[in-house]
Amino acid sequence: MTENSDSCKYVIRQISVFSENKPGRLSAIAKGLEEADVNIYAFSIAESKGFGVVRLIVDKSTAALKKLADIGFMVSYTDVIGIKMEDRPGGLYETASILGDAGINIEYAYAYSGRNGAVLIIRVDDVTSAVKKLLAAGKELIKAEECL
Amino acid sequence: MPVDELRKLQYKLMKTLVYRLYSFSPFYHDRMKDAGVHPDDIRSLADVKKLPFMYKKDLRDNYPNKMFTASTDELVRYHVSSGTTGKPTVVGYTQKDLDVWTESLARSLTSCGIGRGDVMQVSYGYGLFTGGLGLHYGAEKVGATVVPASVGSTEKQITLIQDLNVTAIACTPSYLNHISDVAEKMGVSIKNDTSLRVAVLGAEPWTAGMRDRIQERLGIRAHNIFGTSEISGPMFTDCAEQKGIHIWGDIAYTEVIDSETGENLPDGESGELVVTVLQKEAMPMIRYRVGDITSLDTSVCPCGCTHPRISRLTGRVDDMLIIRGINVFPSQVEHCLMQIPEISGQNYMIIVTRDGSLDSMRVQVELRKEFFSDKIDDLLEIRKKVAYELKNALNVSVDVELTAPDSLPRFEGKAKRVIDRRVL
Ligand SMILES: [Zn+2]
Repeated sequence: MTENSDSCKYVIRQISVFSENKPGRLSAIAKGLEEADVNIYAFSIAESKGFGVVRLIVDKSTAALKKLADIGFMVSYTDVIGIKMEDRPGGLYETASILGDAGINIEYAYAYSGRNGAVLIIRVDDVTSAVKKLLAAGKELIKAEECL
Repeated sequence: MPVDELRKLQYKLMKTLVYRLYSFSPFYHDRMKDAGVHPDDIRSLADVKKLPFMYKKDLRDNYPNKMFTASTDELVRYHVSSGTTGKPTVVGYTQKDLDVWTESLARSLTSCGIGRGDVMQVSYGYGLFTGGLGLHYGAEKVGATVVPASVGSTEKQITLIQDLNVTAIACTPSYLNHISDVAEKMGVSIKNDTSLRVAVLGAEPWTAGMRDRIQERLGIRAHNIFGTSEISGPMFTDCAEQKGIHIWGDIAYTEVIDSETGENLPDGESGELVVTVLQKEAMPMIRYRVGDITSLDTSVCPCGCTHPRISRLTGRVDDMLIIRGINVFPSQVEHCLMQIPEISGQNYMIIVTRDGSLDSMRVQVELRKEFFSDKIDDLLEIRKKVAYELKNALNVSVDVELTAPDSLPRFEGKAKRVIDRRVL
């Protein structure tokens, strides 16, 4: 197995959804996913004046993407990394400095409470290198297949 | 001047103009030939209706100077206004053209009682737009002292009105309302704390009701001014009687027509304004379809003046919008959006509102799927780009709203892409 395909295991498919800041958009997303029998694990919204991007980590990403596109949302996949957070102070700072030292830029991050403790989702400009650096530094990453 | 003498003079000037254009303007020569009209066919003012019209589109098709009947070394100035699509309208002026323009406006300002001893703040935009420079020279001509304030820095404008004892102001009605609002916030009452007594307002539609409110609130006389760059610029106002705008008959020949049939309408009937500027050298316009809706009144004004009058403009025959005094055509917006790959140019909506007293224009555009990013900064960058391009094309700041593909209304038949929520 090559190093590359190895790091692939740790790349999670996030679903990114464009949403106008109008009432009812979020509930339309939630309703659509429920109809498609998709479970939402993590969820974050980045908002600006007039519009926002909803980011979702789900159990069935293909079904979720199809359903949301079918009901008229603009959607795309985004590769992200999930890091198990140790329950001690400084964990987030450590992760940021590992990547920072390697010159990898964190575009955004959000946390959620997973089955086995807190998970930090990060979006970086170079996913493969980030996975390698984090593993080398002894961080525990979420595998795509176990996806939570 | 008695009415029949005025009409004799108009006929003489019209005849000279028609011969001039037939001889020197290949464009109008061809148009007359196509219409089967020869200058000799114009034997009285009643024959003017035989002459073919000129349109704003003609100016665009002949961009920038193919309609000019003066050589470049005779030109002393250009003004540029927005066209219906990407190309602007360029107007050239000889010295005589500027003199006639200034003379027309000077007469108008005099009829509003503005002259020596007045201090006039010109708060129209200076530059390519005709408002600022037009009023500037007109006011100087009548002997007023001009404060060339242009648009913006409202607090400073209010300070100048107080400190320089400004008695007259020229601007858009909505800008004057804005000035009053800002003045109130500064603790200044235009009515009680300044010498302002008269305003010359125009470049956007406004109602008699709005005039009354302004007069009451500010304790001034508010006069209505008309003109567009194609005929030189702002040239005509109502007089002290405030009973319609006098169109000086020796300067322009005015008609009001039925837009559909092109037939002349009698006095008092509402239709499209058609103007022939009788003494223009660089870019004469014969029977120019201005596009504004008004009615004609050829009766003698209570002020004793025999020159015909037009009523307050009530709208447009086309879809032109006037945003903070600037003409905006939806087709310009479309043309601009079409050049931006990140968005769909065909589907857009224009929403115009009035926040307080200033117009604000919002354009909703659909983001193209290929350019959707999960990073909000990328999307903000696209929005910024669209706003920048629109501002560049329209000379008006625009609020841009990104929307998802296929989210904006689709139209069968004539698209209604403009929602104008302004209440005049
Ligand atoms: Zn009068």
